[in-house]
Amino acid sequence: MKCSVPASVKYDHTFCQGCAQGIVNRLIGEIMEELGTTEKLIVTTDVACGAMNVDFWDFDTIVGAHGRPIPTATGVRKVRKDCLSLAHLGDGAAYNIGMAETMHAAIRDDDVMALVLNNCVFAMTGGQTSATTMLGQRTTTSVKGRKKSVEGSPFHVEKALGDMDIAYLARGSVDSVAAIRKTKKYLKKAFEKHKNHEGFCLVEILTPCPTNWGLSPVDSMKRIREQVIPEFPVGEFIDRGGNE
Amino acid sequence: MAKVLMKGNEAIAEAALRAGSRFYSGYPITPQTEILEYLSWRMPEVGGEVVQTESELSGINMLLGAASAGARAFTSTSGPGFSLMQEGLSYIVAADLPLVVINVMREGSGLGNIGASQGDYWQMTRGGGHGDYRMIVLAPANVQESANLISDAFDLAEKYMHPVLIASDAAIGQMVEGVELPEFKDHDINKFDFAVRGCKKGDRPRSIQNIYFLDDQYEDHLREKYATITKNEQRWESLYVDDADIVLVAYGISSRMCKEAVRAARDQGIKLGLIRLITLWPFPENAFKEVNPNVLGYLTVEMSTLGQIADDVRLATQCNKPVSSFGSMMALPESDGIIEKALEMMKEARQ
Repeated sequence: MKCSVPASVKYDHTFCQGCAQGIVNRLIGEIMEELGTTEKLIVTTDVACGAMNVDFWDFDTIVGAHGRPIPTATGVRKVRKDCLSLAHLGDGAAYNIGMAETMHAAIRDDDVMALVLNNCVFAMTGGQTSATTMLGQRTTTSVKGRKKSVEGSPFHVEKALGDMDIAYLARGSVDSVAAIRKTKKYLKKAFEKHKNHEGFCLVEILTPCPTNWGLSPVDSMKRIREQVIPEFPVGEFIDRGGNE
Repeated sequence: MAKVLMKGNEAIAEAALRAGSRFYSGYPITPQTEILEYLSWRMPEVGGEVVQTESELSGINMLLGAASAGARAFTSTSGPGFSLMQEGLSYIVAADLPLVVINVMREGSGLGNIGASQGDYWQMTRGGGHGDYRMIVLAPANVQESANLISDAFDLAEKYMHPVLIASDAAIGQMVEGVELPEFKDHDINKFDFAVRGCKKGDRPRSIQNIYFLDDQYEDHLREKYATITKNEQRWESLYVDDADIVLVAYGISSRMCKEAVRAARDQGIKLGLIRLITLWPFPENAFKEVNPNVLGYLTVEMSTLGQIADDVRLATQCNKPVSSFGSMMALPESDGIIEKALEMMKEARQ
């Protein structure tokens, strides 16, 4: 069992209590060490909470425009094929403002990897409704809870991309040690496929946002287990074999 | 190298490859689509890649990634597509990245139309997107100059770590002329240390983002950069400004009509001159210092309804002479019309 923190993600972060960015960073750092690619990773973040990571990582980074990290990461990979190019974004970036970019990266089967931290809310701006906000979930722009008749139903990436010809699509969670270990497997498989230039890989991770959910860190994890996972099933949806 | 006959759009695309660019992303829009079409087969021949993106918005952000990684990246567009690129251009300026964008101008605001026009002068020279910035803008007047300026654009972009625009138009993009293509140059993507490439253990990670997050002297840096560009990079061509009564001011396709007008007027004994703008920004203020002190006024000739260059001429001349505009966003200015308008100005000035 590995107990030391990977040097690439060793810095203390300044995210809210109970935020899972630190857990995800640890996974990225460990996987990079295991694949021997720590010095080859370039991460393009979105502008929101995730952008603060650029101060907590020892990776080369780009802070992309809101919703555009996927095409930006594609641009990096096009001209530096020996590097790993990861787009790191949230549900608002990937499924609201950047939906066209996410869809067309999948349609073109772009040689790029996307990591979507889905906390069902626009977190950085203070908790507004996003495409993945749960029905009934209260946000600052749906104060009585998301209504199907007003904002429609939550968006499921596995339904939108599930039949597409892409390299990999999976969803994990961080609500327990077992879930984190499973998520690491998905993430590592995606990085391996990306390293081998197999095509578009997207891993969504269900993450808590205690600050905007109005819950304690422990209750936030409980909510993921009891409410979020039943809506957004975890697992692998696409695992295309081999390099085409 | 021998001259070949080429369409303006294709010559500029070929010249960009020869300047060392190996990555282009773009979206179809008339009257520049030949650039995307040409590169879609030509770029792979020289080992580069082209992506036809889902929008100009996505395309410019893909270029932001390629430029961050050190490549000579470029795109081309027109009117509505150029507006969509403003988000990305503002981010590219804020991150001090070199990049080249060709705007083959078409008519009008909104959808407008596909014919030649010069209505994007304000949008290009004032910044165009959100925030405090200007944009270096080079304006070719023929196919040869299109091919020459694209190489200069990459050099300027890297010299100042700033995007550079090429202001072409539907006429210059679509016309076929003889052109001597430049020789092939190599570009090393590791030439500049800013470019992300993966962080070696113990090194300081590179980060491409808002420079003002990283540099507490950012405002001085930005002011100084624009002052330096203004001082060093003004480009223009002058004709007969030492004795002209009226000096025409124009760029691109309109400047070609002005040259015809100057010659025709001189044949009739009418003393017209011309300042042809090659840089739209920095505006060639120095060109106006060479104009004879007895000049009666300046006439901007442009394919614009409102006369977008006129204010910059007033600033460059400190409003010490009358400035008028002649042109239409839809019709190419004819030399007869230019001369007639100049004669009117002379008459008014002498009254």
